[in-house]
Amino acid sequence: MSDLFQEIWESIRRNKMRTCLTGFAVSWGIFIIIVLLGAGNGLMNSFLQDAGDVATNTMMVGGSRTSKPYGGYKEGRYIQLKRSDLDLLEERFPHIIDQLTTTISRSGYTLTYGKKSLTNVSLCGTFPSHSEMNRVQMLEGRFVNQNDLRLRRKVVVLTHLFARNLLKGGTDYGSLIGKSVRVGNLSFKIVGIRHCDENRNDRDLYVPYSTMKSLFGIGDNIEEITFSFHGLATEEENEAFEKEIKVALNSVHQAAPDDESSIWIWNRFTQNLQMEKGTGILRKALWIIGIFTLLGGVVGVSNIMLITVKERTHEFGIRKAIGAKPRNILSLIMAESVMITAFFGYVGMILGMLACQVMDKTLGQSSVEVFGQSVRMLVNPTVGMDVAVEATILLIVAGTIAGIFPAANAAKVRPIEALREE
Amino acid sequence: MLITLKNVHKTYFGAQPLHVLKGIDLEIDKGEFVSIMGASGSGKSTLLNILGILDNYDEGDYYINGTLIKNLTERQAAEYRNRMIGFIFQSFNLISFKTAVENVELPLFYQGVGRRRRHELALQYLERLGLKDWAEHYPNEMSGGQKQRVAIARALITHPQLILADEPTGALDSKTSEEVMDLLREVNRTEGVTMIIVTHDPKVNARTDRSIHISDGLILTE
Repeated sequence: MSDLFQEIWESIRRNKMRTCLTGFAVSWGIFIIIVLLGAGNGLMNSFLQDAGDVATNTMMVGGSRTSKPYGGYKEGRYIQLKRSDLDLLEERFPHIIDQLTTTISRSGYTLTYGKKSLTNVSLCGTFPSHSEMNRVQMLEGRFVNQNDLRLRRKVVVLTHLFARNLLKGGTDYGSLIGKSVRVGNLSFKIVGIRHCDENRNDRDLYVPYSTMKSLFGIGDNIEEITFSFHGLATEEENEAFEKEIKVALNSVHQAAPDDESSIWIWNRFTQNLQMEKGTGILRKALWIIGIFTLLGGVVGVSNIMLITVKERTHEFGIRKAIGAKPRNILSLIMAESVMITAFFGYVGMILGMLACQVMDKTLGQSSVEVFGQSVRMLVNPTVGMDVAVEATILLIVAGTIAGIFPAANAAKVRPIEALREE
Repeated sequence: MLITLKNVHKTYFGAQPLHVLKGIDLEIDKGEFVSIMGASGSGKSTLLNILGILDNYDEGDYYINGTLIKNLTERQAAEYRNRMIGFIFQSFNLISFKTAVENVELPLFYQGVGRRRRHELALQYLERLGLKDWAEHYPNEMSGGQKQRVAIARALITHPQLILADEPTGALDSKTSEEVMDLLREVNRTEGVTMIIVTHDPKVNARTDRSIHISDGLILTE
């Protein structure tokens, strides 16, 4: 093996300039692949970061306007969901629906603690299951529980940003548990501090649904129902299930069973499926662009190897005369091709990864304001070990392809012809 | 008999088919020191190529040591060349980017001999040919005589039964030619290697034990 490396090294050493120029094309190809995939990953991570806060197998259902007259009502009637619709869905689809929850909210309150106050906060009445479905991460204390709900306790869960604000920048969130805060002119006991995305303007204070309802005299009307579900793997299954829900809700709200627009449904699962499909396509497209760029390098290496073989015809003739088998010559050229491709490919890969790091430090840190929320364009635009391994395999394949024709030519050299030309 | 050729024919099929060898019958015994003489175009190079298993023939039979050399695959031909035959060329045909010792090692490399062992053997042969101090030099740093001696070492290292020399003194001055001929003679005597020298130099011819004249694809006289 070391003999082979020595032979290859000797050959490359004699054609340094030529080898480097050719190798550059390979480096460039791999560099492009790595940078493209890095940027693509950054873009995808930035999408997924927004989606990551929520369990992906959830659906949101709300009332809308009917599109056809039914049961004596005219079209265009607003369907108001009721508290009882929650129970209806739970009873009707127990094999699919895991947990249901709903939220009622009132905004525009001021939160006061001692002398500190925060304006424009929202009170959200919710259920314990909300925590699980929205992946609420508790830093201190607990979320709203069943007892809170039953006893209509006046308890509240703050975000860690609010807590930090109330503590004048401190992070000893635990010290706030059990303390009282005022929201508007009502007093609540703090039972928990939850984590919130610092890039989002999350101003929701969670209180028990029953407390909210009794404090504000809200009837049985609800705005939306959120539930988690399982057992629906494909888009078709999801669509069929969405239809069933519409039929069920339409029938209790005196709307036409086949009325598609009386109820709106937002299915995070199918949305996620589509996004995964989209990111898959993006990834494939980036690989294809990269591979075509690399192809230029492969053709270059192949070309140079053909010239090298031509120049070394006489030498191969000598080798064959003294006992080299075609296989020996073939493997010599193939190995040289793979070595050149792999070496320059790795140089390109390392440079590409450095470029990804630079991208992370510059573009990755900048963000854009969208609807009052700051959104980072690229999140962690780098590639992982998987890409490095894939690229290595790609390089070896590329080197082999580049070497096939020159190596076959070299192996075909006939010693008498090679030795004749002087 | 080490070498037996029976009615060997060879035609080159080009635009105009060229019947180069028209039935060669030849026997050469073990340990002979033979020269093949002939004008250019007589077919002596073709004969040498066939003897060296570098080329194939159309008709007849060729045996080395009782082994029929016919319709071999490239791999088999390479194997036989490596084990049975040593080559010495007019233009030395050393690999220019390898040192003297690396050139001598090369046939052993293709036999799969380990690096250390073949290096040792190659140095021994170079020492025998008086080139020990030149082992690490490249061919372009050596004189013609030295280069030919490296080539002889390379031919000897596999202990071949047959050495084929194609105008071995063609590129050398008369004094060096003498030395190389002495060397070949000595190798022939001490190792018992059969030596076949293709030449058109009468001085070389005169120093061999037997000369075979070839003309127009046939062996003339003995």
